[in-house]
Amino acid sequence: MSALPPYATTGQRIWHYSFRVICGLIFFFLIAPILVIIPLSFNAEDFFTFTPEMLSFDPEGYSTKHYEDFFTNSDWQLALRNSLKIAPVATLLSVSLGTLAAIGLSQSHVPFRRAIMAILISPMIVPLIISATGMYFFYSNPYIPLPFGWTIELPFTLTGTYIGVVLAHAALGIPFVIITVTATLVGFDQSLTRAAANMGAGPVTTFFRVQMPLILPGVVSGGLFAFITSFDEVVVVLFVGSAGQKTLPWQMFTGLREQISPTILAVATILITLSVILLFVVEILRRRSERLRGITPS
Amino acid sequence: MAEQMLAADGRPLKASLNRALRRQKLRALALIAPLLLFILISFVMPIADMLFRSVENEIVSNTLPRTVVALEEWDADTGEAPSEEVFSALYTDMTLAAEYKTHTRLGSRLNYESTGISSLFRKSGRRVGRFDTDIYTDAFTAGDPAYGDPARWANWMDDGAIRTQLPKTASAYDDWARMIVEVEGDDPLEEEPWDFVFTALYEDANAGGVLPIAVDLSGVEPVSLRAQFSDVDDDWLDVDVWQTIKLYAPEYTSGYFLNSVDLMKTPEGVEARPENEQIYITLFIRTLIMSLSIMGMCVLLGYPIAWLLANLPDRTANLLMILVLLPFWTSLLVRTSAWKVLLQQQGVINDVLVWIGLVSDGNRLELINNQTGTIIAMTHILLPFMILPLYSVMKTIPPSYLRAAKSLGATNWTAFWRVYFPQSVPGIGAGCILVFILAIGYYITPELVGGTKGVFISNRIAYHISSSLNWGLAAALGTILLAVVLILYWVYDRIVGIDNVKLGG
Repeated sequence: MSALPPYATTGQRIWHYSFRVICGLIFFFLIAPILVIIPLSFNAEDFFTFTPEMLSFDPEGYSTKHYEDFFTNSDWQLALRNSLKIAPVATLLSVSLGTLAAIGLSQSHVPFRRAIMAILISPMIVPLIISATGMYFFYSNPYIPLPFGWTIELPFTLTGTYIGVVLAHAALGIPFVIITVTATLVGFDQSLTRAAANMGAGPVTTFFRVQMPLILPGVVSGGLFAFITSFDEVVVVLFVGSAGQKTLPWQMFTGLREQISPTILAVATILITLSVILLFVVEILRRRSERLRGITPS
Repeated sequence: MAEQMLAADGRPLKASLNRALRRQKLRALALIAPLLLFILISFVMPIADMLFRSVENEIVSNTLPRTVVALEEWDADTGEAPSEEVFSALYTDMTLAAEYKTHTRLGSRLNYESTGISSLFRKSGRRVGRFDTDIYTDAFTAGDPAYGDPARWANWMDDGAIRTQLPKTASAYDDWARMIVEVEGDDPLEEEPWDFVFTALYEDANAGGVLPIAVDLSGVEPVSLRAQFSDVDDDWLDVDVWQTIKLYAPEYTSGYFLNSVDLMKTPEGVEARPENEQIYITLFIRTLIMSLSIMGMCVLLGYPIAWLLANLPDRTANLLMILVLLPFWTSLLVRTSAWKVLLQQQGVINDVLVWIGLVSDGNRLELINNQTGTIIAMTHILLPFMILPLYSVMKTIPPSYLRAAKSLGATNWTAFWRVYFPQSVPGIGAGCILVFILAIGYYITPELVGGTKGVFISNRIAYHISSSLNWGLAAALGTILLAVVLILYWVYDRIVGIDNVKLGG
């Protein structure tokens, strides 16, 4: 595919170039909607399309007023603060529990490995609306049901609380941590832990001094996935949370549904910048992890 | 006999190894246990709760416990509303329910099955406190003032012998006392029992129960509760209302599931709903068709891209990969807002089409708030999920196979179709299932760009939870959707293996 051989027929040439054009159009379809948001967010008018001033690159047509609105409007600021309060805690929870479990799962003899894996991955597979429905019902119970009709009474219900949203988001982020960390552990040389134990290190020392540094890239990229899952999640927050837990995606969602304000485009641009940064961090981590494990990056 | 191998500590080697293995297993499980517990509580149990709610129907028997028992004797085929006995049970239940304010909830629950019941319950709840049954109270307290003394009542109701003589009174008094504490916040030792307790006492006395203090009741004109209820609303004499109550009296019901496939329960068995109420089958079919079209679009657009990426030199492929991964990493709401902005009638796409001259300014295309909008936006959102598995499968197909086919005389097309394509089928399968699973349960994007025609079953679930408050139906619809997704998940696990899910390339 890389280059056309000199003996190619006209038909082959035409196909070769038209294929590239088709691919170019598909790439355009993938990326253009995201890129077009960026200039639109600098629109001086409250329109969602390019004004004649913008098309003639008149500085008058551009302004940062939608960004100013984002940084001064109390609704948006509350949403931003909530997002920043919920996502890191949920991430921490899923990363710490997820990493431990991934290490457990990567041992050679784990009973019911397949079933456990299926349960741990299920939050990623079950449609969000169903998770949200279940959590909405369950978190409004003031108790935790146990088998044989026993219950643990709770002095509160989780619906509409910060803890409820964090728990729900942590559950949704766990599959990503499990997948990335187990993938990293596949290449992990178990003889290293044995060597450490041989030299007198306890399990805790071995974990922090030998295993952790080697699987750290996987853990961090799993954490980033969990973070973006929580940061970007709206369905569960809409159901489990109350107005006090209004997050950035929630604010965007209601904004888009009710009265679409151009501030959303400014927020979108900020989020695009964030995702570009995350994309590069994950890519760097992936390469680093492969290098550490002695696999040359593809 | 061969000498048994011994470990260093003198135990048989086999036992020693077994012990080590057991310890290893336990350690692995101990590492997994916290997370497993966490997922069970925060995720699996909520799902189980939802499954339970799709069949649970305790509201009728919890709110009208006596009525439900009394109704067992009643036969709808007689064409007559139930007897006085059922109405007397209803009177006690309704008075208590009106105090707990649960009668309106039960009314709206039964209203899903038969319209009009909600207002019937509301009206009766307001009126039930003003029934003419106060004559019983007056007759008893006039007969002996002890009947007006809360302390005496409490004493009687502690006496097992009196309780067996006056079963209805005992049960009515217990519920009354609980209600006085829970709702009114008062002490039953200081409150005179309400009319419905005296009504029960009168009925017990009439049935031959021995009163704690004899009272002459011959002068009391019995109050017909049947007449009292029919005064509130004639519907109480309507057989259909009673049939609905009786039909939904059991603690578990298949009613929600029948409702979610456009059927309903009737005394004659399961029947189709009236035409104008049949919406769910259509909605399920629409969800399926739209998910399939999105999947098809993704294969169509994803295959060439994956092929290009798999066959370009690594450096270029990695650069182009960014164009796939950037949308993958971008917030879902950002992408949805982008489409909402682009597809509007005054949006960028229509502007460009008008500017080129493809469309006249007068009839701009309607691209949003319909199925087109949903399909375009969701294809864009789910395309990376098709490209990534396809790419990872295509990466493993050696390019030399294609060259070999061509050198054996195959044309470009034959070489692709007979040699390359069959090897890429696992990738297509994996990508298709993944995209389909994700598409079928989507909520946000259809909600924002789908209008009324382009929404999925998930939007209906959300509607029932937040607007119509028919939670049982939402749970039943969710259970059906969950079953479909789990079957696909199982297939995916069979074909691809869930461990092989790749994230971000």
